[in-house]
Amino acid sequence: MNTENKTVKFKIKRQITPDSEPFWEEYEVPWKPSLNVITLLMAQNTDPITNNGSKTTPASYDANCLEEVCGSCTMIINGKVRQACTALVDKLEQPISIEPMTKFPIVRDLMVDRQRMFESLKWVKGWVPIDNSSPVGKGPNISSEEQQKAYNFSSCMTCGCCLESCPQWSSDEAFIGPQAIAQAILFNTHPTGKSLESERVQALINNGLNICGNAQNCAAVCPKEVDLIGAISEANWQATKHIAKSFLGKH
Amino acid sequence: MNKKTKIAIIGGGLAGLGAAMRIAEMSAEKKDIIVQLFSIVPVKRSHSVCAQGGINAANKYTGDSTYQHFDDTVYGGDFLANQKPVQKMCDSAPDIIDLFDRMGVPFNRTSEGNIDRRRFGGTLHPRTAYSGATTGQQLLYALDEQVRRYEAEGLVEKYEGWEYLSTILDENGICCGIVAQDLISMEVKAFPCDAVILATGGPGQVYGRSTNSVSNNGLAVISLYHQGAKYANGEFIQVHPTAIGGDDKLRLMSESARGEGGRVWVPGDASKTWIDQEGKERPCGETGKPWYFLEEKYPAYGNLVPRDIATREIFQVVYELKMGVDGRPFVYLDVSHIAKEKGIEYIDRKLKGILEIYEKFKGVDPRQVPMEIFPAVHYSMGGLWVDDETHMTNIEGVFAAGECDYQYHGANRLGANSLLSCVYTGLEVAGPEAVKFAKNRLKPASETALEVLEKEVNKQKDFLDKLLNLSGPENPRKLHLELGNLMTENVTIVRENKSLQETYNKICELEKRFWNITIPDKGNWANQSVRYAHQLYYLFSLAKIITLGALQRNESRGAHYKPQFPERDDDNFLKTTIAIYNEASNAPILSYQAVDTSLIEPRKRDYSKKSAAATKVKN
Ligand SMILES: Cc1cc2nc3c(=O)[nH]c(=O)nc-3n(C[C@H](O)[C@H](O)[C@H](O)COP(=O)(O)OP(=O)(O)OC[C@H]3O[C@@H](n4cnc5c(N)ncnc54)[C@H](O)[C@@H]3O)c2cc1C
Ligand code: FES
Repeated sequence: MNTENKTVKFKIKRQITPDSEPFWEEYEVPWKPSLNVITLLMAQNTDPITNNGSKTTPASYDANCLEEVCGSCTMIINGKVRQACTALVDKLEQPISIEPMTKFPIVRDLMVDRQRMFESLKWVKGWVPIDNSSPVGKGPNISSEEQQKAYNFSSCMTCGCCLESCPQWSSDEAFIGPQAIAQAILFNTHPTGKSLESERVQALINNGLNICGNAQNCAAVCPKEVDLIGAISEANWQATKHIAKSFLGKH
Repeated sequence: MNKKTKIAIIGGGLAGLGAAMRIAEMSAEKKDIIVQLFSIVPVKRSHSVCAQGGINAANKYTGDSTYQHFDDTVYGGDFLANQKPVQKMCDSAPDIIDLFDRMGVPFNRTSEGNIDRRRFGGTLHPRTAYSGATTGQQLLYALDEQVRRYEAEGLVEKYEGWEYLSTILDENGICCGIVAQDLISMEVKAFPCDAVILATGGPGQVYGRSTNSVSNNGLAVISLYHQGAKYANGEFIQVHPTAIGGDDKLRLMSESARGEGGRVWVPGDASKTWIDQEGKERPCGETGKPWYFLEEKYPAYGNLVPRDIATREIFQVVYELKMGVDGRPFVYLDVSHIAKEKGIEYIDRKLKGILEIYEKFKGVDPRQVPMEIFPAVHYSMGGLWVDDETHMTNIEGVFAAGECDYQYHGANRLGANSLLSCVYTGLEVAGPEAVKFAKNRLKPASETALEVLEKEVNKQKDFLDKLLNLSGPENPRKLHLELGNLMTENVTIVRENKSLQETYNKICELEKRFWNITIPDKGNWANQSVRYAHQLYYLFSLAKIITLGALQRNESRGAHYKPQFPERDDDNFLKTTIAIYNEASNAPILSYQAVDTSLIEPRKRDYSKKSAAATKVKN
């Protein structure tokens, strides 16, 4: 096969500032084996020229690890929310459409502001409350099964796919969303982390846990296969117990 | 004193977060210190998340000892590391693992529920604690969580999406603040502070493509070098034996694959030969059968020889023996037998993270077929010179921790020792020492005259404006590609003086061309183009330090290998290389400093024999 003239066609939804109008630009670059969407963005940044030959600016985007472990490069590619670094060009229909996530405030081009996800980790006290870092010996013994379960929740890279796909979540509304719920469950399951269980559950209740409509989109798009459905149902169960307890405590 | 002490930490990888956690903890009672944490990326997305294999600490159960860990580290580093700090680090390692265990890191477990260990390169002991094949991510998250807790209490202020540009020095040359830029609004601002810790990670971008992340650009460190900081052992760059290619990045296949029993091989060819330690000529395996060349050449350590050795062997098999798979520059890294013998569930529990990377990028399942791998630039043993005890650079008030400092790993780092050195230096050394310095300084940074702050801010602004206005014919990204290729071809596995000299001259030419680039975006909002050029500007200086260091070191030691000088030369080069920036010539000036070998007598490295690990202790 003659690969000399083979090209890749793609388009990017651009937006230069948060309050300016978005617009689409199309590009065409030479094909090579094993390209991913990041390499397309690099090509666009190197020679910022649209496919009708007009000069443009390099499209801004976030990326760091380039191996799907940092969560930076999340965007919508051919209509699906995912990481650009593992989106292989040869597996995508062309022209490949690349756009920013829609649920987070736009910064510029493909960059969005996901600070809200880190904030919600504060609301649920997403940490193990150790006394301090003095050397006081090892942690609690943990079985291999418990470890595997914790590892699954702990591989969440705060990428935002679950929130983007959730019909109930938006960055300015009440629902805290599956990402933070799963982290609350992670720490509620830890032998030391448990001590904050009721505070975490209360935070989930205050932040719209019951708004989840069980659409299950989140689990379908999670690149790390975090058990979000399991986490939500566990959270609901913990909330039921918590409400019952505080009801009994009050009367 | 009514003003609070301020400490700026630049970088939120393991080293930066470790320092932030410890300092916040030290201030928890009196609330007298504020940590200002700066990072290009949200700290939870720092490069440390890439670390796969694990973290080293001696443990009692396998006959290991902290002394053995110390000896393996010094020996693996070919005796170039100052020994006292290495010993302290190895002694602290077990407590560091305990701490992470308490913070909830899901380390893999034994059947009793203890932390499991695997073997890594350069040791005969299973010493490496791990969390699947994403250990760095899990360790980083644990620190990120603790730091968030302190952030919620008001002890830590985060500046994510800010880039450190330079340090502000007072009239006595003492640090009194930093200048940083908001990468979205592009605002450049001074932050007065009583001490600074640089924890900005490795400099992989100088090679264009490496296993490093995009943010590993070296800007902070080289900017400090331009302000007078010493840079040490720059020529010691680790090339990891096992990675896969890519146009954007070279992706690591962790040493843990070999730690779990993975084997490196190429199809054998009995018509070719190699010379063993005793000078005997031996065939390169049996034709038609796999030749496990590392196992045959290094019976004691096998596939787990240190990285410098594995890398050179692979290079030799591919380029000198011309035995790469199907004549291409690859060898096999094979874990398929583990999947067959112990099952998919078993191998996934241990290595899923990396197996998925291979599968996602190569479209082949490594549980079924051997992986095709080749060496890639991975880690910098060199970095900012720091004092053995305090981790302060030669600029008063500026400390360095993590991959950006030069300590611990000598001429070659052992696998799983970096996560340890990063956490150790942030948490146990630079963090507390920065507090000590900040509390005892004569004049608090808050009293710095406004002119002093503004002067440095204006200097940085002017420089950025100058860059923004560049409109020549050169393309900054293409220039970076040229620099990366030049460095990768000439200053990695095999180094020749003639080509090093040519490389140095070419770096200077590229640097001249830099001033003819165009910045394709003249805007003032999230302008990544000007930022890219700014980083590139500093890479030339870094490339010069590395290349000149390599040129002048006429010996072979650890990762630095010169066929012209194949032996280690302790008489002349058991020395730390120190580079200082000379502004007039825009070039590094090198000098050499004695290495502390007070605890273990330097001996020849020989990984073909087990006795390698037996040591004679001084005194
Ligand atoms: C693929 C891979 C796998 C690895 N696996 C292992 C392993 O299994 N075991 C092991 O021991 N080691 C491993 N290493 C090495 C180890 O991961 C790194 O050495 C270590 O993570 C470095 O940590 P750090 O804290 O020094 O810096 P990093 O984690 O690199 O963090 C640097 C921080 O500095 C910030 N920063 C940089 N410049 C600036 C600036 N100018 N202004 C503001 N912020 C800035 C960044 O945003 C980031 O927060 C691996 C390395 C790679 C590449
Ligand atoms: S760049 Fe880290 S997930 Fe893609």
